[in-house]
Amino acid sequence: MEPPPGAAPPAGGPGALRRNAVALGFLAPAVIILSVWIIYPTCYTIARSFFGQQGFGDFVGIDNYKALFTPFNSHNILLKAIKNSAIWILVAPAMVTAIGLIFAVLTERIRWAVAFKTVVFMPMAISLFATGVIWHVMYIKDPSQGAVNAGVGAIRSWFVSPGALSNALPSTSTLTGSPQKGYVLTKPISAGGTAQLGLTAIPPTDLSSSAKQVVVPRAKAGAIEGIVWRDFKPGGGVVGKPEQGELGIPGVHVNLLDSAGKKAGGATTGDDGAFEFKDVKGGGYKVSIDKSTFAAPFGGVSWLGSQLITPSIIIAYIWVWAGFAMVVIGAGLAAISREVLEAARTDGATEWQVFRRITVPMLAPVLSVVFITMLINVLKVFDIVISIAPGSTQSDAAVIAVQMWRQSFGGVNDFGLGSAIAVFLFVLVVPVLLLNVRRFKREV
Amino acid sequence: MTAYEAEAAPVVIKDPSEALPAKIGRAVAKLPLHIFLMFIGVLWLMPTLGLFFESLLSPADAQSNGWWKVIAHPHLSTWANYSNVWHDTDIPTALRITAEIAIGGTLLPILIAALAGYAFAWVDFPGRDWLFVVVIALLVVPLQMALIPIFTLYNKAHLYDTILGLILFHTAFGLPFAIFLLRNFFIGIPRDILESARIDGASEVRIFLKLILPLGLPAIASLAIFQFLWTWNDLLVALVMARNTTPITVDIFSQLRQFGSNIDIIAPASFLSMIIPLGVFFSFQRYFAQGLLAGSVK
Repeated sequence: MEPPPGAAPPAGGPGALRRNAVALGFLAPAVIILSVWIIYPTCYTIARSFFGQQGFGDFVGIDNYKALFTPFNSHNILLKAIKNSAIWILVAPAMVTAIGLIFAVLTERIRWAVAFKTVVFMPMAISLFATGVIWHVMYIKDPSQGAVNAGVGAIRSWFVSPGALSNALPSTSTLTGSPQKGYVLTKPISAGGTAQLGLTAIPPTDLSSSAKQVVVPRAKAGAIEGIVWRDFKPGGGVVGKPEQGELGIPGVHVNLLDSAGKKAGGATTGDDGAFEFKDVKGGGYKVSIDKSTFAAPFGGVSWLGSQLITPSIIIAYIWVWAGFAMVVIGAGLAAISREVLEAARTDGATEWQVFRRITVPMLAPVLSVVFITMLINVLKVFDIVISIAPGSTQSDAAVIAVQMWRQSFGGVNDFGLGSAIAVFLFVLVVPVLLLNVRRFKREV
Repeated sequence: MTAYEAEAAPVVIKDPSEALPAKIGRAVAKLPLHIFLMFIGVLWLMPTLGLFFESLLSPADAQSNGWWKVIAHPHLSTWANYSNVWHDTDIPTALRITAEIAIGGTLLPILIAALAGYAFAWVDFPGRDWLFVVVIALLVVPLQMALIPIFTLYNKAHLYDTILGLILFHTAFGLPFAIFLLRNFFIGIPRDILESARIDGASEVRIFLKLILPLGLPAIASLAIFQFLWTWNDLLVALVMARNTTPITVDIFSQLRQFGSNIDIIAPASFLSMIIPLGVFFSFQRYFAQGLLAGSVK
């Protein structure tokens, strides 16, 4: 290999002894620290992984590695961790790279790119641990406290209106059904008849403030008149009878069902709880309160429950690292020749074609650096997992690095198994290690 | 390498005679893009601000309100949580320990890496490339490989639960990247400068102190910011290697088990732990971005 430019005469020439002494002096601190804190531990951990919990007297061969992949034993949480890590590896690096690419391309077109990049880049300065705390607060299940669920609830309310009365029950047995199906008045009604649907168990706070005194419906030819009311007044009152002091329930959806049980009409109650089905002929109709009335209000998605915990943590992770990807890809983008892009545009290529056929292929080296960096990083992810999932869901959220810590220091204290997990982690990064070494050897 | 402030939007040659309607038309066409990016910006800022607002709510208010209520009702906010955390918990001590670890864990590896980087770049000795390959190989060794043996070693060497022990661990795992970065930067220093200094009879130590360090300052600054944030923000190493002499991340971690009930401690303490890193980030953003770009795969 050639000496780098500027080096003194090659080794072995005059002054070699002095140069070697200088090199030794300059390198000694680094060599000592790297040897004691990285190289010796690496050898130790590899050796330790073949011994059991008791120490170096307790040779177990490859049993620790078998335990890693054995389901349904006391360590089956390990397999779960490996599966979770696989999800992380498949999803997180690709998402971070893609989002970074989108942000980098879009910010090229605006004047306030620096402000935008600062904002998106900022989470990089925050510890992954604090990030976990931040997102734990974001993910609180109750929509009145957790911002994510508040947002989901707001969007949901555009499509699904919450029921007027989620807890109401029929006041008499004339109404049958369930909150899931709605309640039907069992007695059939003919044209010109009336229907009285009484509900109870309605807290005053659930009742609309526009509710007015209920009025007993009067029969009308060719129509079915009815009321839905709160069959309760302070002090009691007679059950099943609309009385002075009892309020109608506004905004309840009522359905008219024909004798075959098919929907023949619909109405919504007014402020006094009254409704009307017009142009009704014949008999055998039934009146029902629609199930939408009893729809429970949005209770929040349990982002931190066992089902969604890993995707939830990955979202928080993307929030941290998208800025990194954006800045590195943005620098790559700035290096692409403007002329090539302009030429393509002049030739009539659409923005999408320019992006797909020119920008992305030219960025390929940068994209792969970002992707590989994220890949290594994702393997070691630890802080953010244990701070978002500190309690009972930790086993559901655990990844390899978390299990390495738990098995070694988190109460189990099995250094043999812990070493095997660490070695497994190490083996996964060895391809990148070889890639780096090869790239360097090509350089010199 | 460009820092991200430096990369400008593509230069558009403006035609001075361009009609105003055309300009307005272009601005309107871009409106969806502006709205989208502003939405993303707000989305990205929200979690951090959310934690800050949460930290201002009294425990009773935090139980019944979302943090966004503070925006509409500023009277709900109080500094009482911060006052409690500052006076009644170990958080101030933890912050001091964190600072000591971060400062030591930044200066020591940079000094050692600068020495080694100079030797790798400018001193010819047998086995140099071979040794550098080892450094590159160490770049990606996960620190999990060292936790168990170093824990055992520290217990024997009385380094367990000491600031020095934590600093040395961070030094070791910061070194490969630091050596790699500085060696690559030093190699770019013009040869003539070093040659003439050597001909003038300057010693290697003198060259290192008077030439290499000042010329390498931009790379050293980027590295320092990275290493500082990395050690300041560490949780895992301190969790394993310390019990009582713990940085702030470990202190907050021990509170996490009762997340719901003591959010009035967790939120302000977490925010306190973020102030210094955010300050470093906003003051040295430029170096931060440069360091990212100069670095490769860690």
